[in-house]
Amino acid sequence: MSSTTTSDPIDQWEQTDEYKWGFVTDIESDTLPPGLNEDVVKAISAKKNEPDWLLQWRLEAYRNWLTMTEPNWQNLEYNKIDFQAISYYSAPKSDADRPKSLDEVDPKLLETYEKLGIPLEERAILAGVAVDAVFDSVSVATTFKDKLHEVGIIFCPFSEAVQEHPELVRKYLGSIVPPNDNFFAALNSAVFTDGSFVFIPKGVKCPMELSTYFRINAISTGQFERTLIIAEEGSHVSYLEGCTAPMRDENQLHAAVVELIAMKDATIKYSTIQNWYPGNAEGVGGIYNFVTKRGKCAGDNSRISWTQVETGSAITWKYPSCILQGDNSIGEFYSVALTNHHQKADTGTKMIHIGKNTKSYIISKGISAGVGRNTYRGQVKVLKQATNSRNFTQCDSMLMGDKCSAHTFPYIEVANSSSHIEHEATTSKIGEDQIFYCNQRGISTEDAISMIINGFCKEVFAELPMEFAVEAKKLLEVSLEGSVG
Amino acid sequence: MTMLEIRNLHASIEGKEILKGIDLVVNAGEVHSIMGPNGSGKSTLARVLAGEACYEVTEGEILFKGKNLLDLEPDERAREGVFMAFQYPVEVPGVSTKYFLKASVNAMRKHRGLDELDAFDFLELIKEKLKLVHMDESLLDRAVNEGFSGGEKKRAEIFQMAMLDPCLGVLDETDSGLDIDALRIVAEGVNKLRGPDRSFILITHYQRLLNYVVPDFVHVLLDGRIVRSGGKELALELEENGYSFINGEINEPVSV
Repeated sequence: MSSTTTSDPIDQWEQTDEYKWGFVTDIESDTLPPGLNEDVVKAISAKKNEPDWLLQWRLEAYRNWLTMTEPNWQNLEYNKIDFQAISYYSAPKSDADRPKSLDEVDPKLLETYEKLGIPLEERAILAGVAVDAVFDSVSVATTFKDKLHEVGIIFCPFSEAVQEHPELVRKYLGSIVPPNDNFFAALNSAVFTDGSFVFIPKGVKCPMELSTYFRINAISTGQFERTLIIAEEGSHVSYLEGCTAPMRDENQLHAAVVELIAMKDATIKYSTIQNWYPGNAEGVGGIYNFVTKRGKCAGDNSRISWTQVETGSAITWKYPSCILQGDNSIGEFYSVALTNHHQKADTGTKMIHIGKNTKSYIISKGISAGVGRNTYRGQVKVLKQATNSRNFTQCDSMLMGDKCSAHTFPYIEVANSSSHIEHEATTSKIGEDQIFYCNQRGISTEDAISMIINGFCKEVFAELPMEFAVEAKKLLEVSLEGSVG
Repeated sequence: MTMLEIRNLHASIEGKEILKGIDLVVNAGEVHSIMGPNGSGKSTLARVLAGEACYEVTEGEILFKGKNLLDLEPDERAREGVFMAFQYPVEVPGVSTKYFLKASVNAMRKHRGLDELDAFDFLELIKEKLKLVHMDESLLDRAVNEGFSGGEKKRAEIFQMAMLDPCLGVLDETDSGLDIDALRIVAEGVNKLRGPDRSFILITHYQRLLNYVVPDFVHVLLDGRIVRSGGKELALELEENGYSFINGEINEPVSV
């Protein structure tokens, strides 16, 4: 690998002015001091032992980022982010710093895991207990990996893919979300630390949901995550990121990038359950989640389906999108976004119809409680050549209480006359009167809320892998506890 | 057996007193009708019985099967056997009526120490009870009350009552807004549910429901008090003379 060539960036780093603040590091050490400049980008690349082309790619992204301005069109306000106050590299805590057992973990966190029905062994991992002290989960993960390897599937940390499959990474990285796509994507491209890489070879149907494995192993994915999924011709994969359990994270800013590529006849199903720390009931703290997710249906008859359940984060800015390039390709977006207390979410999708007979479905369910604010923002764009294309959008909002709000911003552009677009939107309110009605039929308030919310979200939950649909229901219940009555 | 005993009940909403001392005894098997002009407090009485939070009971007590009803939450009252048919049944979008009723029936059964019904038994129960109100089963696949016509909503309320098998049915102006055919069907449903162990309180503005469901007692509510009580003939008297004839007596003591 190329990092040990002529000028070692770490050496350079140490020689800069920052050095006088007492920062000493070597390749094994764990945290860079706050601040962002080219040397930081170089240092990250060096720590990852990356090839030069990737370093150059990062640097170009960084230089682009410097010329860009933070977006301000979204229906969100948040405290200004000081990008120089963030540390851009922080290795996972060593086992010595972690809790030794569940007895050392915040009981409140454990209580939540209990409510969510997280298996005991996973609770320990999620709470950050040193893995060795827990049980042999690593071997479970390895078993999965062997099974995938047999059919030729590559599923590994992004940094490992850079080392082991540089030709694939180089070919596809940034091909869907270019490094200069937007402010946060550019930032991610410059400083991403790790993520996942998936490659499904031609004609292979992935034999399992890429979820269980991921759930156990995705604990320290960090704040600048990069995911790339490539589904070759005729292949099929279902991928689930995230977890219903609230995860510990000290980083306030998250800016992930996810790129999906589906070749001819391929299907990618990407499900997300996002439950990062939302801040407390007064709106203090919480993660700022600025995510760029995009998939390209590159080949004919391909299909990309995004399903998301967004309940966490103080700020959510996220528009998983599909570029429907292949003829007859299908893009789908199913979303439940919940904002309670002071949470704000501006989320939706973009469906860009390029190929003929392309179809897109958008089902968005926004739930606002407390003083939360929930915005759906979606674009459906049908190009001239995308004849006979169709879109169906359904956008429903539910309000709990009278201090929250819901907003809908659909953008629709159609450049031919043979395509059909349908848009439906509703707003409803979960009121004291509904709860009382359920109560009068012997149903407890807790069950009533859960019933009403699940009824509202059921089209989206139906898209989730079974086990996660069950967890997602519970997650909504826990997230809404105490918001009515 | 005394089903319900209301003693000197005072209740207010947002600080305004609506019920100003209600006394009422309903024995098992009896049907009582409470009549009165708009604003007299009829619906308030129903809602206080069901336990709606916005009403505050400031004085008095309510005993239901000997238990202090005011100590119980609305869902506990329901499970004890108090059913209220809503004047304006609430819509619950996205929740099918069948699913809702199953949750409801099973909550009741659990409370009574019975096993929860499985899908098959539940569907059989539905089929049996649907006959009471001549309702089409397809309505139950729709979300609770959503897009139901006024008449369908009222019929669905009676159907729910049949499903839940309460001890006390409180019908809050179930007859209002019904055409004569729907009224007959609703009344028929109530009549079939009448029995020695079940009591009813029919709250109504008009006498016409009482042509079909003949009450044992009629009470006239005026300005938060029961000003007259009598048998079914009292309803006919009201029908002929309106509430005004009672207005003249309001300051005089009314013997019950």
